[in-house]
Amino acid sequence: MNRYFSAFWFRPLLAISFITLLLAVGPELLGVKSAYLTTDKLIFVLFAGIVLLVSYIHQKKHLLEPWRQVFRQRRAMISLVVLVTYASIGMLDSIHFRTPLPDSGHDNQQYSVESLSVLDVMLDRLRSQEEKTYSAPFAAYLYSKETITHADGSQSREYPRLVYGGRHLADPARDRAGDILRTSLIGIVLGAVIGKLLCLLLAWRIARASQQKVMALWWQIWKGQTELPWRSLFLTLILLSIAITSAWMLSKYYHVFGTDKVGKDVLYLSIKSIRTGLVIGTLTTLIMLPFAILLGILAGYYRGWVDDVIQYLYTTLSSIPGVLLIAAAILSIQVYISTHPELFTTGTQRADLRLLALCVILGITSWTGLCRLLRAETLKLRELDYIQAATALGVKNFVILGRHVLPNVMHIVLIMVVLDFSALVLAEAVLSYVGVGVDPSTISWGNMINGARLELAREPMVWWSLVAAFVLMFALVLPANLFSDAVRDAFDPRLRESR
Amino acid sequence: MNEQNHILLSVRDLQVRFGNPARPVRAVDGVSFDIRRGETFALLGESGCGKSITALSILQLVPSPAGHIVNGQIHFQGEDLLLKSESQMRHVRGNRISMIFQEPMTSLNPVMTIGRQIGEVLVLHEGLAGRALQDRIVGLLDAVGIPSASRRLNDYPHQLSGGMKQRVMIAMALAASPDLLIADEPTTALDVTIQAQVMDLLAKIQQEQGMSILLITHDLGVVADNVDHVAVMYAGQVVEQARRAELFSNPLHPYTRKLFAAVPGSHKRGQKLDTIKGSVPPLDRKFTGCRFAERCDDAWMRCYEQVPRWLFLENDDPHGIRCHQYDASIDDRPSLTRHAPAEAKSSVERASQSAGEPLLELQDLKVHFPIHKGLFKRTVGHVYAVDGVNLQIRKGQTLALVGESGCGKTTVGKALLQLIRPTAGHVRFMGKELTELSGESLRRLRARMQLIFQDPFASMNPRMLVRRILEEGMRAQGVVRSEQERAERVTALLNFVGLPESAAERYPHEFSGGQRQRICIARSLAVEPALLVCDEPTSALDVSVQAQTLNLFKSLQEQIGLSYLFITHNISVVEYLAHQVAVMYLGRIIEQGPVAMVIDTPSHPYTQALLAAVPRIEGKRGEAKIVLEGEIPSAINPPTGCHYHPRCPLAEPRCHTEYPSVRRTADGKQVACHLVPGVD
Repeated sequence: MNRYFSAFWFRPLLAISFITLLLAVGPELLGVKSAYLTTDKLIFVLFAGIVLLVSYIHQKKHLLEPWRQVFRQRRAMISLVVLVTYASIGMLDSIHFRTPLPDSGHDNQQYSVESLSVLDVMLDRLRSQEEKTYSAPFAAYLYSKETITHADGSQSREYPRLVYGGRHLADPARDRAGDILRTSLIGIVLGAVIGKLLCLLLAWRIARASQQKVMALWWQIWKGQTELPWRSLFLTLILLSIAITSAWMLSKYYHVFGTDKVGKDVLYLSIKSIRTGLVIGTLTTLIMLPFAILLGILAGYYRGWVDDVIQYLYTTLSSIPGVLLIAAAILSIQVYISTHPELFTTGTQRADLRLLALCVILGITSWTGLCRLLRAETLKLRELDYIQAATALGVKNFVILGRHVLPNVMHIVLIMVVLDFSALVLAEAVLSYVGVGVDPSTISWGNMINGARLELAREPMVWWSLVAAFVLMFALVLPANLFSDAVRDAFDPRLRESR
Repeated sequence: MNEQNHILLSVRDLQVRFGNPARPVRAVDGVSFDIRRGETFALLGESGCGKSITALSILQLVPSPAGHIVNGQIHFQGEDLLLKSESQMRHVRGNRISMIFQEPMTSLNPVMTIGRQIGEVLVLHEGLAGRALQDRIVGLLDAVGIPSASRRLNDYPHQLSGGMKQRVMIAMALAASPDLLIADEPTTALDVTIQAQVMDLLAKIQQEQGMSILLITHDLGVVADNVDHVAVMYAGQVVEQARRAELFSNPLHPYTRKLFAAVPGSHKRGQKLDTIKGSVPPLDRKFTGCRFAERCDDAWMRCYEQVPRWLFLENDDPHGIRCHQYDASIDDRPSLTRHAPAEAKSSVERASQSAGEPLLELQDLKVHFPIHKGLFKRTVGHVYAVDGVNLQIRKGQTLALVGESGCGKTTVGKALLQLIRPTAGHVRFMGKELTELSGESLRRLRARMQLIFQDPFASMNPRMLVRRILEEGMRAQGVVRSEQERAERVTALLNFVGLPESAAERYPHEFSGGQRQRICIARSLAVEPALLVCDEPTSALDVSVQAQTLNLFKSLQEQIGLSYLFITHNISVVEYLAHQVAVMYLGRIIEQGPVAMVIDTPSHPYTQALLAAVPRIEGKRGEAKIVLEGEIPSAINPPTGCHYHPRCPLAEPRCHTEYPSVRRTADGKQVACHLVPGVD
């Protein structure tokens, strides 16, 4: 029994079961009905997989070493903080539930058709503060003029005050600038304090893990004397928490990124888009990997007709234009959805199926590149002496594939996965823009950009949706690219030799 | 006579360091030597001793920024090369000093014709152009013995064989008539027959042009045959230096003596080879004593405490040495122990000469690889890699399979293990016909025959612990079922091959080449084989490590009665280890028999030439040598008649048309040659 306690999977498995339990019974305890979408469940599976993988790598010295090299690079640490923030937002946005309708009877409880996520609850203020239509960032007045009937019965056309944005100001023209400055200053101070507290907490953890004194370690970190660049991590953490708290403080009184056509807060929309981007970036890879790995190493290892078949398959697939294939698949899914309305209880579920379908079709069209690389690498590996030795020892073919070939091509898989992630996030934006991406009701950067497209021609220009989507997407893709560079530097054997 | 005028290159106190300055690796640490005009000077040493770095320092080609020369002078024709700038050095490199490298395959640019590559040097250093340039290139190719040179000009490197490429490299190095030629392991990648050709060529050119050669090598045999002066390097220092004759007849330094003792050969049959204990010390520390002290049998206290100084012994021949034992100013020297090697022949040696039933029998084994061409991959021909081989290995015996590279000997090994399926013929192993087995029954039988590879670095999965590597075979064969027993077995195996138990929890990359080869042997032994196919198991190892490995092979045979198929091109290993020898040429066995008969009195002209090409330490210089002309023909369309006739000096008309049948000779060999009379 004892060896199970010490096994690497024991503690993470315990944590995962605990979280699963919480996800299963938690909503009922709080009096709501859980409504997990298919993509939610896949994300949880992915998360559990990552947790197990991390703890597995943690106990294998030869697997840990390249990762240490990754995190010795400052850019990797900084990117990691940003990516983890994004990922947590995406996770919070993946716990969906439906609230009970207040006027239904107790024994026949009815639930709302709209499913909310934990993130929605946290951002309730942003979600509910809807204006009538467009308003610019930090505006106190609506974007378009309206006819207003005054108390004396006279009518005039003017810009009406917003319902929420800057409503506390007596005279926006006079007070607004000072108020914004004041509020953001409070936000900055608060953010710095919270950030520092987080850092202290983290430092305490590190110190406990490495059995050092907390304060000694604290100073070492700030002098930059630690092996891993904790200082960069801490600085990023503080900056990030400043940005988040200021945005939070300001969003109390203003629409930081303005509002869209139907008056929704753009900040809220762009934060909600994070989940869509992450789902596309990660689930697609998850779907693509089994194809690429299995077919790639089978082709390389068995050669002969197996190789021929697989090669024909991927050359054919990769010679069909990707967008065409995606458009065709999405359209047929669309038809399926509209002819089977009884399968979906909420609109969110319908939109979710289309999101999943997009991931699947993107996955099916994008495995060929990795498959090619893996085939070539396996062709090289199978001639190596240790594979021959295993054959001579009478080891079965599938065991050889799993034990000798797969671990030795994993670095390629890893490099490709992190490189593909940012490309896929961008692909979502492009496809939605073209109109074959996610469901129009799904909040995504692509849809935001698509919606902003026409409004760019208005005078004055409605630029904020586009900018907001751009800023958040950029803030995800840039760290993802930097991180993948760092990963490639540490894992690519050719680069390793040149150092 | 002014000694100074004769010295072409003089290196003084050269020090090269690598890596981070806080803990530098002292790759070369105080090396001094002189090379006279027209002589061949050899730097001899095992891998990692700093000999190549010394050579690169002369040309200022030490890889930077990793390495830098921290001290020393290199005087070449009166100028200090280390004071020259990079642009000045460019006039020296290729022009006055040129260099040839170990790997002819990678030293030539594959997308340029050889004519243009040689021409490049001439244009750069001699400013030749047009007709004169063409003539000069043809002249050079002629000089290095490339037949029909004018037609070869427009060939690309891939159209030439390894030996030809090395000749082209030499032609390039000679293009600007340098005063000094640095040859860094010029023949290590080549076959013995080609090695003999290349070394002869170098000697001939040296005589004609009067240049000096700095030969860098680890091969005692090459040094014995071809040089005037030898410096032995160990761990970044020169430990002994003398004229060749003096050094070979009277090696003084304990390291040199050990090196000589570690070389296998026929006269050492049946006794253990002398090995050097331990391994070369890491060079990233400061040495307080002699660098060899830890591995030296004669070391005493002073060797650990005081760095030995460089001494010049004025015997008949000047002899430089770095050892306390010869320092007259030290008075606590213990008397020298010259270890007489144990003479006792092991009993197994005698017994196994004749006894034992056949364990493995190959009958008319053929492996033909089809050549596919065109859109529909039609078979347009075959590579006749193995073309009718008959062999027999008895229990507890060693059969050595000898031949040049490309003759198909590795394919024989793989085909008998069924790693490559034979095209035709029979393989009978322990009474079972292997060619008819497949699937599970073949997988079961694989345990009884195992394979040892040439490259110990590529033969283990770098991502597996040694324990897992050793357990793999046991798991696959289900030899040992319980975890507990497996662990015990791993420990026992490691002990058996002379590795500590702690090795099980480490990864392969943490071991040296020799230790890895031991792990590979342990991995094979885990499944209790009866036959080991060893494919050049020691050719990637240094002499001293080779000796350890050969000792292990020998003791395994004595203890558990293993049989070996030893695939090698190293004749001295064959003489030491084998009972039977089979010589292979272009897919067929041309001569086989007991080792003494084949090696001492070879019958087939090819065997005679092959053996003559092997450089020997004990061999006399100036002995008439048969230099084998040309190279092994292509196995796609082998010559008609006897495969060997195009290279055979004794070929008769009959040899051109008719493949000789195998005949038995009076001394018990089987030879396939028209000129050898059979007894039956």
